[in-house]
Amino acid sequence: MTVSSTRTDSLSADEPAFLRRMGRMLLADKFALVAAVFLVVMVVLAIVGPAWLGEEALKQNLRGRNLAPFDWSRDWFWWFGADALGRPLLARIIVATQNTLLVAAGAVLISAVIGTFLGLLAGFSSPRVSQAIMRLADVIMSFPSLLIAVIVLYLLGSSILNLMLVLSITRIPVYLRTTRAEVLEIRERMFVQAARVMGASSRRILFRHILPIVFPTLTTLATLDFAYVMLAESALSFLGIGIQPPDITWGLMISQGRQYLTNAWWLSFWPGLAIIFTTLSLNLLSNWLRIALDPTQRWRLEMRGETRG
Amino acid sequence: MAEHLLDVRDLSVEFHTAAGVVKAVCNIFYHLDRGETLAILGESGSGKSVSSAAIMNLIDTPPGRITSGEIYLDGVDLLTMRPQERREVNGKRIAMIFQDPLSHLNPVYTVGWQIREAMTTHGLQSEAAEAEALRLLGRVGIADPQIALKKYPHQFSGGQRQRVMIAMALALRPDLLIADEPTTALDVTVQAEVLALLKELQREIGMGVLIITHDLGVVAEIADRVVVMEKGALVESGTVGDVYRNPKHPYTRKLIAAAPGRGAMHEDDQKGDVLLRVRDVRKSYGAFEALRGVSFDLMAGQTLAIVGESGSGKSTLARVLLRLEEPDTGSALWQGRDLFRLPPRELYRLRRDLQMVFQDPSQSLNPRMTVFQLISEAWVIHPDILPRSRWRERVAELLQQVGLSPDHMRRYPHQFSGGQRQRIAIARALALEPRLIICDEAVSALDVSVQAQVIELLDRLRQETGISFIFIAHDLPVVRDFADQVMVMRKGRIVELGGVRQIFEAPREAYTQALLAASLDPDPDVQASHRARRAASPSPLSME
Repeated sequence: MTVSSTRTDSLSADEPAFLRRMGRMLLADKFALVAAVFLVVMVVLAIVGPAWLGEEALKQNLRGRNLAPFDWSRDWFWWFGADALGRPLLARIIVATQNTLLVAAGAVLISAVIGTFLGLLAGFSSPRVSQAIMRLADVIMSFPSLLIAVIVLYLLGSSILNLMLVLSITRIPVYLRTTRAEVLEIRERMFVQAARVMGASSRRILFRHILPIVFPTLTTLATLDFAYVMLAESALSFLGIGIQPPDITWGLMISQGRQYLTNAWWLSFWPGLAIIFTTLSLNLLSNWLRIALDPTQRWRLEMRGETRG
Repeated sequence: MAEHLLDVRDLSVEFHTAAGVVKAVCNIFYHLDRGETLAILGESGSGKSVSSAAIMNLIDTPPGRITSGEIYLDGVDLLTMRPQERREVNGKRIAMIFQDPLSHLNPVYTVGWQIREAMTTHGLQSEAAEAEALRLLGRVGIADPQIALKKYPHQFSGGQRQRVMIAMALALRPDLLIADEPTTALDVTVQAEVLALLKELQREIGMGVLIITHDLGVVAEIADRVVVMEKGALVESGTVGDVYRNPKHPYTRKLIAAAPGRGAMHEDDQKGDVLLRVRDVRKSYGAFEALRGVSFDLMAGQTLAIVGESGSGKSTLARVLLRLEEPDTGSALWQGRDLFRLPPRELYRLRRDLQMVFQDPSQSLNPRMTVFQLISEAWVIHPDILPRSRWRERVAELLQQVGLSPDHMRRYPHQFSGGQRQRIAIARALALEPRLIICDEAVSALDVSVQAQVIELLDRLRQETGISFIFIAHDLPVVRDFADQVMVMRKGRIVELGGVRQIFEAPREAYTQALLAASLDPDPDVQASHRARRAASPSPLSME
């Protein structure tokens, strides 16, 4: 690992500094820029949200039950309306950001890391190891994911960490299978053979030659999974084994609003919008990242930057 | 002015790419009559395929745009036709065959279905089409046409597939046949057969043939007239004999000079120590025997060329020697040790001495690494060769040695041309200071003029550094100026092994003679005499 880090240092001397280059490429892609700003705002809200609006988000106001949105005469956090207990929706969405992002990011990260690692292993090692890993994946996939979740959460008790673990276990096979399939293809490519002829170790081939090629696919997969995990988490909350009130997440808010859909659409609409925008931003950003990290595609972004400047 | 079958006038095509407007062809003129063969000769990027794509209406617009010109087929301008009329012309009056028949035949339909389709879309009854398909397959020389009709494309060999493509193209007796590199993917002996077939069918149907190629030999063999293209411009045209004997444009002269097999041959001297002693190597994949007992010696500082057609086992031999695959039996003595029985630890040390340059440099270089990273990776893997502080300096040195500039080290492989990429691959192999480099078809993906340069580079490196080479090729002329020893292989066996002079001037085995006769000479007169000789004594090794 030290080898590759010093290597990038010595290169950055003549390449324009990596961060500056990425920054310039981000400026060149308007959509990705907006998405990045949006995500930064979300992260900031996730950090400060509960301390800032925690009280407002929990204070019930039964006279304001299912208050309609766009009532500009009230305080700003009432502008999205209020839920069935008269709590301001905007404040609740902001406060829920923390739990939502924590669970989703945690689950996606854990499943992606474990899945990718196992996938690399399965694609590159002996048939026996590969078989063992693949059958493990089959077991996870054939087992109803909700059932695993119910059992694990019942045994371990419901907490944010356990929730992350449960959600990630069920998603591991997705990364595992994708990675393995790609590795099987890439390992036959000529430059991998060339590295082997030079005497490169398997570890070096896997992490230096194969992983960078698989990486873009995995980021795309992970961003798609982000939305899936948010909704899966709400399903668990609905069953009473996920996040429990008074804690809130966007998914939980959607499922709480479900019974009022016909007369108070805004209860589910706003948290739904938050999920959509977050995943959309992640998608745009991962799309940008895929191009920015690919030296053969990078010019698309760099050219755009230049023609404008 | 007499009317030509095909008359291309002042044609210009542009492509709008992100890098700006690229002029693919620029104000070109050519014409073709019935029964005549015109060759368009050019290297990659010359725009030689673009004009034929314009004739077939295959240019995607955008990004492409035809900015000027007319294309007349029997006096009717194709470019101003309505799309419906144009579709009537394509396939029926103009047919096309491609370089790689496998990717142009649909894998999920039988060959018979595909030939019939060509006819039924232009209005033939299906029973008549069936009978005609049968006749055609027989005509292009496919054995058992009745059975062949029901087979799928993957069940044919490369040469047979090209015959099927020809049958399909000729199904409607077109006036004009466009052949885009029809034999480039084929073995030399098969190439000669396919070209002969094309010529025969042309006489029978009386069509005009437009053949697009990069190979002077193909031009000499089949064409009446030739136009030479460079970077989108037409630089020379004339009859094949004239252009070959009195080339006027410097580019044409360069192309003719670059044709392999003209220079002096190496003298045969078997001095020096044996570097590698290979004995009785065998390797099978299931029932298929790729290597059936191969033995040879390689002297230090010499070049051994291994020549064979596809399926001869030459690439398997290279992979086995590099331990990319394990042989079934046999031994390879390298400095007194058997390569095939080295434990992993010593194998790793051996990698320094034994390097490889692959066929296609666009695939053998990791697209996500800079040139500096690619070359210095050798020293990351073998840290004892060079201290890190000297890497930059040494990469610059190596780049200069292979004829590139030190500034190139910051770039990525896709920013280079094919020949430059192969130079990078060679520099990478040199970085380990090996004693033997195995080149697996290292020049066959490159343009002719680039081929000559790369071979020259390899020969120079051998003289300067004393490195030995094993040079694998499918074509004999390529190795003529470069090899000391030549080994001809066929179906996993060595057919003939000897000094380069002996192989080229006095080949003993019939197969070697046939290979030599089948490889095309750029001189149209030599080629004509070859043809005459072939006609007198039919080739003993038709494999199909």
